[in-house]
Amino acid sequence: MSVHRTSVALVAAAGALLALGPVIPNWAVSLVNVSLGIGVVVLGMMVLMRTGLVSFGHGLYYCLGAYAAGLASNRFGAPDMLAMVAGGALAALLVSAVLGLLLAKYREIFFAMLSLAFSMILYGLLVKSADLGSTDGFNVHAKSIAGFAVEGDAHRLGVYSVIVITAALCALLLDAYLRSHRGRLAEAIRDNELRVEYMGASVFATVHLNYVISAVLAGVGGALMAIHIGHIDPEMTYWPQSGEFVFIGILSGTGSVFAPLLGSVVFETVRSYAYEKSPDTWQMVLGVTMLMVIVFLPGGLWSLASRLRGRPDSARTGG
Amino acid sequence: MIKAMKPSRLAAAATAIVLALGAPVLMAQQKTSIKVGFVTFLSGPAAGPFGVPARQAAEAIVESLNAGKAPAPYQIKGIGGLPLELVVIDEAGGATKQVSEYRTLVQRQEVDFVIGYIGSGDCLAIAPVAEELKKLTVFFDCGTPRIFEEASYKYVFRTRPHATMDAVAATLYLLDNRPAVKRIAGINQNYAYGQDSWNDFEATIKVLKPEVEIVTSQMPKFGAGQYGAEISALAGANPDVIHSSLWGGDLEAFMLQAQPRDLFKKNILVLVAGEPYLHRLPGKIPDGTVVGARGVNAVFAADSPLKRWLTDLYKAKAGIEPNYPAYSVANAFLGVKAAWEKAAAKKVGSAIPMGANKNVKEEMEKAYAPPTQEEVIAMFEKLSFDTPSGKVQMSLGKGHQAVTGTAYGTTRFENGVVKVGNIKYYPAERVNPPEGVSSLDWIKSGFRATAK
Repeated sequence: MSVHRTSVALVAAAGALLALGPVIPNWAVSLVNVSLGIGVVVLGMMVLMRTGLVSFGHGLYYCLGAYAAGLASNRFGAPDMLAMVAGGALAALLVSAVLGLLLAKYREIFFAMLSLAFSMILYGLLVKSADLGSTDGFNVHAKSIAGFAVEGDAHRLGVYSVIVITAALCALLLDAYLRSHRGRLAEAIRDNELRVEYMGASVFATVHLNYVISAVLAGVGGALMAIHIGHIDPEMTYWPQSGEFVFIGILSGTGSVFAPLLGSVVFETVRSYAYEKSPDTWQMVLGVTMLMVIVFLPGGLWSLASRLRGRPDSARTGG
Repeated sequence: MIKAMKPSRLAAAATAIVLALGAPVLMAQQKTSIKVGFVTFLSGPAAGPFGVPARQAAEAIVESLNAGKAPAPYQIKGIGGLPLELVVIDEAGGATKQVSEYRTLVQRQEVDFVIGYIGSGDCLAIAPVAEELKKLTVFFDCGTPRIFEEASYKYVFRTRPHATMDAVAATLYLLDNRPAVKRIAGINQNYAYGQDSWNDFEATIKVLKPEVEIVTSQMPKFGAGQYGAEISALAGANPDVIHSSLWGGDLEAFMLQAQPRDLFKKNILVLVAGEPYLHRLPGKIPDGTVVGARGVNAVFAADSPLKRWLTDLYKAKAGIEPNYPAYSVANAFLGVKAAWEKAAAKKVGSAIPMGANKNVKEEMEKAYAPPTQEEVIAMFEKLSFDTPSGKVQMSLGKGHQAVTGTAYGTTRFENGVVKVGNIKYYPAERVNPPEGVSSLDWIKSGFRATAK
C-alpha cells in the first residue's frame, strides 16, 4: 500500500519540480541542484545507516564519480551529461565492488575509520597529480544531453532536469529495493546479524550489496555535482565532505527515501542563509541546528513527518 | 537646477566634480548605493595571514572611499559618487560551496559586482560561473596563471599579477646577488600553489644557470606542522639556496624548528611569500633571507600619497602595517573605481552635442546615470591605473589580467624589528610572459617566446 504511495509521490514531486524549473529564480534552481546532487549521496548513506553502518569516507565515491564525469568530458571526449553520470556510477561501482569485499567484514568504528582511510588515500593521490590540477582541480563543462547540444538557458534547464530526473529515479529504484526481500534484510542485520544468518540469508552478501549500492549513489551524486558546479577538486574526498554526508544523513533520518532529499534541501538552505547572514559564525549556526535535531528529533527531520501523521516512529525509522 | 544651466557650461565643468555633486541629485529615484560582494577566508588556515587582513583592508577602504578621503585621482566619494556597501562572505568550504555562495551573492543579494577569492581553486571554479551569470567579478589575490591562460573571460578580471612573476624575479634576484650558487634545494607544500611555485623556480633557474644542481625538493603536506624529517633532508643535502613558498602557520612552524638546528647557517633562504610574516618572526628569520611580497607591495612600495593613505587607514583599523593581501584588496577596489569613473566620464563627455537638442533634461539624465556593467568592463579592459603599489596594467588575458613589476629584498634584524634592504625592482615586462604565451612555455623558451 505504502509502496504505491511513495512512488506516486516521488513522480509527482519530480514533475512539480520540473514544471517549476523555468519559473523559479536562478538561485533557487541552483539550490535544488545542489540539494538533490548531495541528496542522492545521502540516499546512499541511508542504505548504510539502515544496515547499521556509518561511513566517514563516502567522499571517496562522491569524488570518484565527479572525476570520472570530469575525465569522461575533458579527456575521453564525452561531454554529455548522461555519459558523465554513467561514468560516475561505473567508476564507483568498480571500486566499491572491490573495496566492499574487505569493508563488508567490518562494523561500527572499524568500518567508519577504514572507509575514511580509503577516501584519504584518494585525496593524497589527487593532490600529487599535478596533471589533474592538484588541489586546484579543473573545470568541467557538459555540452549535451543524450547527444542534443545545449547552451545558455537550455543548458541551465537541462542540468536542472537531468538532476531532478536522476535523483527521482535513484529514489524510486532505491525505494523498490528497500521494499524487496533483500532490502528488508538491512534492518534485520542492524538488529541481529546472527539471526539473519540462522534464517539462511548471507549477511556478507547483503552488506556488500548495500555498500556497492550506496557507493554507486555517491558516484552518481558526484557526477551530478560536477555537471552543476562545473569544477571538481580533491576537496570532494577530503574528510569534512564525508562528514557532511553523515551530518545530513542524521539530520534527515532514515524513515523514507524522501528524507535524505528533503533533509538535504533543509541543510543547503540553512547553510546558505548562515553564510549570508553570519559570515563569521556560520559554522555555529549549523552546529546548533544539528544539536537541536539530535536533542528534539533523534529520529531525524523525517520523524517529524511521521509524528504529524499521528504514527509513532516505526522500526523503519530509527537510525 | 540642471535645466537652468547652460549646457555649454555643463560640458566645460570638470566631469569629476559634477559627478560627485550632481549625480546623486539626478539619480534620486535610481541607484543610491553600490552593493559589493566581498569573498575572503574568514575561517581556516588562510584566514589569519591573508583572509582577515584582506577583510579589514576592504572595510577600511570602503569607509574611506565613502567619506571621499582617498587621494587623487580617487577623491570622488564611493565609486562615481555612489557609496559602497559591503556584503562579506566566508571563502571556506571549497570550490563547490563557493560556487553556490557566489550564485546566492549575485542572484539573491543582487550585488553590483564581486571582489574576492584567495584560493586558486575557487578562482578557477568561479570564473565560468561569473561568465554564465554575466557579473563583473574581480579576483584580488589568487595566483594561478591557469585562469586566463586556459580560457578567456569577459566578466572576470584579476587586478594582481599571477604567480609566475614571483619565481622569475626570485631567481633573477638570487643570481644578481649570488651568481656563484650551485646547489639548490626546495621546501614547498604539496598542493597546487606549492608545486607551481617550485616548478616555476626550478624551470627558471635551469634556464638562467643550467649548471645548477637540484639537490633536494621537499614537499611536506599542507598544514603538516612538523618538519623534522624535511629539515634533516635539507641539512644533509648541503644546499647553497633553499627555496620556499611556505606561508602561514606552516612557515612559522618551519622557521621555529629549523633555526635551532642551524639549517640556515651556510645557505640563503628564499621566501617567495615571506612578507606578511616579517613582523611575526623577529629573531626567527635569519639575516640575509631573500623575501618577496608578490608584487611591489608593503615594504617594497615606493612612498606615495596612495601608499600613505592605505597605510594610515589600515593601521587605524588593524593596528599594524598593511601586508600584501591588503595591497591586493586596494588594487581591486581602485581598479573597479577607475574603470567605473572613466566609463562615467566618457558617457558625459560623449553626451549630446551641447545646446543642439531639445530634450536636454532627458539626455543629461541619461549621461549622468551610472555606467552600465558593459560600459565599465569596456573601460576596465587594458586599463592602467594607480595604486598604493604603483601602476597596475591590465595587459594580459585580453586586457583582464594585471601585470606589475615586482621586487625582492634581503632581511636584517635591527633594533627588534626585521628590516628589508638591498631592494631590487624588476619591471613588469621582464618578469611576466607576453600576451598569448603560457607562463611555463615562456620560461622554458628562455623568456623569448612570443605569441604566434
